[in-house]
Amino acid sequence: MIVSISGLSKVYQDKNQRVTAVDGIDLSVEKGELFGLLGPNGAGKTTTIGICTTRILPTRGTVNIAGIDVVAHPAASRRNIGVVPQYNTLDRSLTIFENLYFHCKYFGYSNAEARERSKTLLAQFHLEERITSFPSQLSGGLQQRVQIARAIAHRPAVLFLDEPSAGLDPQSRIAMWDAVRLLREEGITVVLTTHYMEEADELCDRVAIMDHGKVLALDAPAHLKTNLGADTIIELTLRQNDGKQPLIDRLGALAQIKGLEEITGGLRLFAQGTDGLLPEILQAANNYGVRDIRMNEPNLETVFIRLTGRDLRE
Amino acid sequence: MSSAIGIERIAVEQKSPSFVSAFAGLLLRDLRVLRREIGPFVVRVVMQPLLFLFVFTYIFPRIGQGNAVGGANFATVLLPGLMAVAIMFSGIAAVALPLSQEFGVTREIDDRVMCPLPVAAVAIEKVCFSSVQSVLAAVLVVPLAYYIPATPVHVHVASWPMLVATLILASLVSGALGLTIGSNVRPQQIGLVFSIVVVPITFLGCVYYPWAVLSHVRWLQIAVLLNPIVYMSEGLRAALTPAVPHMPSLLIVLALLISLGVLGTFGIKGFLRRVIS
Repeated sequence: MIVSISGLSKVYQDKNQRVTAVDGIDLSVEKGELFGLLGPNGAGKTTTIGICTTRILPTRGTVNIAGIDVVAHPAASRRNIGVVPQYNTLDRSLTIFENLYFHCKYFGYSNAEARERSKTLLAQFHLEERITSFPSQLSGGLQQRVQIARAIAHRPAVLFLDEPSAGLDPQSRIAMWDAVRLLREEGITVVLTTHYMEEADELCDRVAIMDHGKVLALDAPAHLKTNLGADTIIELTLRQNDGKQPLIDRLGALAQIKGLEEITGGLRLFAQGTDGLLPEILQAANNYGVRDIRMNEPNLETVFIRLTGRDLRE
Repeated sequence: MSSAIGIERIAVEQKSPSFVSAFAGLLLRDLRVLRREIGPFVVRVVMQPLLFLFVFTYIFPRIGQGNAVGGANFATVLLPGLMAVAIMFSGIAAVALPLSQEFGVTREIDDRVMCPLPVAAVAIEKVCFSSVQSVLAAVLVVPLAYYIPATPVHVHVASWPMLVATLILASLVSGALGLTIGSNVRPQQIGLVFSIVVVPITFLGCVYYPWAVLSHVRWLQIAVLLNPIVYMSEGLRAALTPAVPHMPSLLIVLALLISLGVLGTFGIKGFLRRVIS
């Protein structure tokens, strides 16, 4: 176990309000794992990563990374941690090469080692042509790649990526995913936060779904989807939404409907097996005026919806 | 579990040498940036004292405005004062402006904060490096004072230990002042802080006159004792232009040490508050 979080809470208290950003979470990440924290903005993902990377002091609980208590020994534990925050923190006064070179120097590399390591990383991340550029001369995607290269330059045990694809165009996002997969092949443990369910699904070995500072579910993406108990999500949009209760009762009684909830302008049904189901739904909803009916396979987003009754983007 | 303990032991054993090398890395980084911007640095540092000396000690005597303060010619009074101003502005320019920018806008300090050493050391490094720039800035004023004024400047190093002590302490104080401003002021307000803090303490810092002659304005003479620039100017006077009246050396050193303690504490606290929540 390379990261172990137990009983972690963070409460922000000021004169007017008390905000619980992280509310007693326990997590453990295995060595070499690609672990995702999935949740909407404000779920407590960034605060959790902030505590793990020594930038936020927890109200309660402990975080151990590679055997070191990060709260008690922040300076020592930073050797084991690489971080790519949400915002671009490249040193604007230094070239791309120097950003890596001085990062190595901060971690005690000799001049020759630092030069060697920087060159290797620039080659690995396909940045050789940019070594004399300054960060402001690079596109957002390239800057993100430099940030990842820099974060792993001192060979940390764990790399934390906070919303790595925020602000990236689709092409850069895919390039970033490739870069992250490459890290896993090198045996670096990666913990990332995201509110893109495709990203968690595509990249992560295991995903913790977070909301309001709590971990609601934790498993491999495939298992999370199977555990939903439904293989199809049906969204029904109705013209008339008053007095839906009889419809809800009627649909809820169907054997194939495993769950049902009201959404704005209609209903969301969780179904297991759809043979003959659609005509029954349409018939039942006939009096309400069916405006639209949509069927989706479960994904992490539907898992999140099932757990919280809300959309990831809401 | 045994491997975990092993890692911890390694990390602890590496502790002291790694702190030193991380600190050295930070200094090297700043040195690289300064080397790249050495031209603008010299211009920034030299411009103000150059114009000051030109107007007040070259033009004024020629247009019949020559004046003497405390029994010495104005250029002689002015040299230590201008060195003090150069030291102070260097501290602001090297610490306050970049820090305020890095905290408020670019967040690029983050990678240095994530170095394997206590966060306070990152702030201390900023102050140390800024003091190197301050000493350079002060030294650059000396040749200007030799060549520009119409009247000769009477300078001789009365006490090398006092000169070195004042230069170093004054430079550290100005870095600590820069740290206090940079880590407590939002970038939008930095201009305002210049107007309400930096400009007044410069003008009332006994730069253009020795502290002793303020006896004519007694309340001001006492009020300015809170201003650290006063001790920088007076300290340099004690070391460089002993003929001009100045405060006792011991008092100056003591006051600079207290300023460093107070500003350093405020600065480091502000810095920690900005990077750790």
